[in-house]
Amino acid sequence: MARVTVKGLWKRYGDTVVLENINLDFADHEFVTIVGASGCGKTTFLRILLGMEQPSKGRLLIDGEPVSPEPGPDRGIVFQRYSLFPHLTVLGNLILGLELRRSRVLGKLFGARRREAIVRAESILEAVGLAGARDRYPAQLSGGMQQRLSIAQSVIGEPRILLLDEPFGALDPGITADMHKLILDLWAANAMTIFMVTHDLKEGFELGTRLLVFDKLRHDPQAPEAYGAKVTYDIPLRRLKNDRERQRLAIVEASGSEPSYAPAG
Amino acid sequence: MPRLINRHPGRGPALMLGLVPFIVLIFAYLLGSHVRLAANPDDKLLPTPSTLMSTLHTYAAEEDVRSGQVLFWVDTMASLERILIALVLSASIGLAFGLAIGALPVVRAALAPFVAVVSMIPPLAILPILFIVLGLGEVAKIALMTLGIAPVIVRDLALRAAELPSEQLIKAQTLGASSWQLVTRVILPQMWPRLIDSLRLSMGCAWLFLIAAEAIASTEGLGYRIFLVRRYLAMDVILPYVAWITLLAFLMDWALKILRSRAFPWTDMSR
Ligand SMILES: Nc1ncnc2c1ncn2[C@@H]1O[C@H](COP(=O)(O)OP(=O)(O)O)[C@@H](O)[C@H]1O
Ligand SMILES: [Mg+2]
Repeated sequence: MARVTVKGLWKRYGDTVVLENINLDFADHEFVTIVGASGCGKTTFLRILLGMEQPSKGRLLIDGEPVSPEPGPDRGIVFQRYSLFPHLTVLGNLILGLELRRSRVLGKLFGARRREAIVRAESILEAVGLAGARDRYPAQLSGGMQQRLSIAQSVIGEPRILLLDEPFGALDPGITADMHKLILDLWAANAMTIFMVTHDLKEGFELGTRLLVFDKLRHDPQAPEAYGAKVTYDIPLRRLKNDRERQRLAIVEASGSEPSYAPAG
Repeated sequence: MPRLINRHPGRGPALMLGLVPFIVLIFAYLLGSHVRLAANPDDKLLPTPSTLMSTLHTYAAEEDVRSGQVLFWVDTMASLERILIALVLSASIGLAFGLAIGALPVVRAALAPFVAVVSMIPPLAILPILFIVLGLGEVAKIALMTLGIAPVIVRDLALRAAELPSEQLIKAQTLGASSWQLVTRVILPQMWPRLIDSLRLSMGCAWLFLIAAEAIASTEGLGYRIFLVRRYLAMDVILPYVAWITLLAFLMDWALKILRSRAFPWTDMSR
């Protein structure tokens, strides 16, 4: 369960207004895709959802409760790069989340508890297609494999909200269809609300149940920092819940073919 | 004909090329020694290889008449003990403070300026103070080396820890890591290989400070011996000792390098 409510949210850095009066309400298990010009505050919005940044004004509620002001296990994140631990193998990266939560002092599991964690991790590795790379280090993985692992690493902790900041932006266009299928499968199988920033409008339409467009509406050439970005379009893409599974299958079948652009507005 | 910049020697040729400067040096020495001794058979500056070997034998295989000890090994053990203690001490201080300063903004605010200032104190300038305060014994010598290299290691590790991508630290927090777990499971494991690099770079300074301290106040040690026999222009002792110190330093560096690649295989893979 994760209903996310954003009320009158502003974000400023000094005199620079980045986000201006954002008001949004997200249903549980929504897949929100966010597009917008570079530098218009998409990452900032995710950072606020994550708790890395505090809003200058306004409130952010998850299930009616204010969010904790620092990152925590209820919200997972996948960055474009650098979110894997280079000193741990693929398996080590994956079970780290379980170890940190189940062993508060050592942050390591041993014996039967470790074996149990490994069984769990292996089933996820299987699901994300990394079973064969179990003992490799991140530096030995391709970019696509690294992102799969980073996603798996977040999902194993069963976050209520998963945030993805241009997760496929640095990848080979040829493998994005696979990545889309993976993220949709994980979204269908887990009770989580997803927020995904993408610079690819097509991807935004294809994956989301709701598409947000961030843009600066007002612009003062004398003081470009005076106005921030707002949500200029908020497009519901598909009906939720009842036909979730059907959409997922449709997407999987359609991957590779032309996406169907939902009517805007 | 490819450009010079694109011409890579193979394994064999690379080895040969690497040996050339050593061979040139030895040859130059032999030539110089021959020329000088031909002009003056009592010349002490460049002794012949046989003189060097016989002196080394006297020092390394025979007991000293006065002390009844085999000086070469007594000196070696004394110096190695000092430098190893100082290195372990500096590594521990470097790791503890470097991690704390690099990982915890509160500690950074409190200690980083202090460490920055302390690391600028020329250690040899406070050597007299160390001797006055700590006496002429082992403590002062180890303190000199530690004061000389620990602050550098602290600063290096603090920088390295602060350099870790913030994405990693954020990710770990979303996986439920506490501050303690962040340090022990994410930061510390990535600092071990950095510590080894830092130690390798500090090794030269450590030997410098060791020899300086031994030269001034000691009764045994490699540095002590070199400075002792200097009065008699005993190049036949000094040269083998210098070669031996160089070999020891080289072996320590090599051992650390091997340890790094064996114990932390993931570091060599990273771009
Ligand atoms: N810590 C910060 N301090 C000052 N300005 C910042 C900071 N973080 C982001 N900004 C500014 O906020 C704006 C939005 O940045 P960002 O959210 O990263 O954009 P996007 O992800 O949409 O490309 C940019 O103009 C950026 O310069
Ligand atoms: Mg961004």
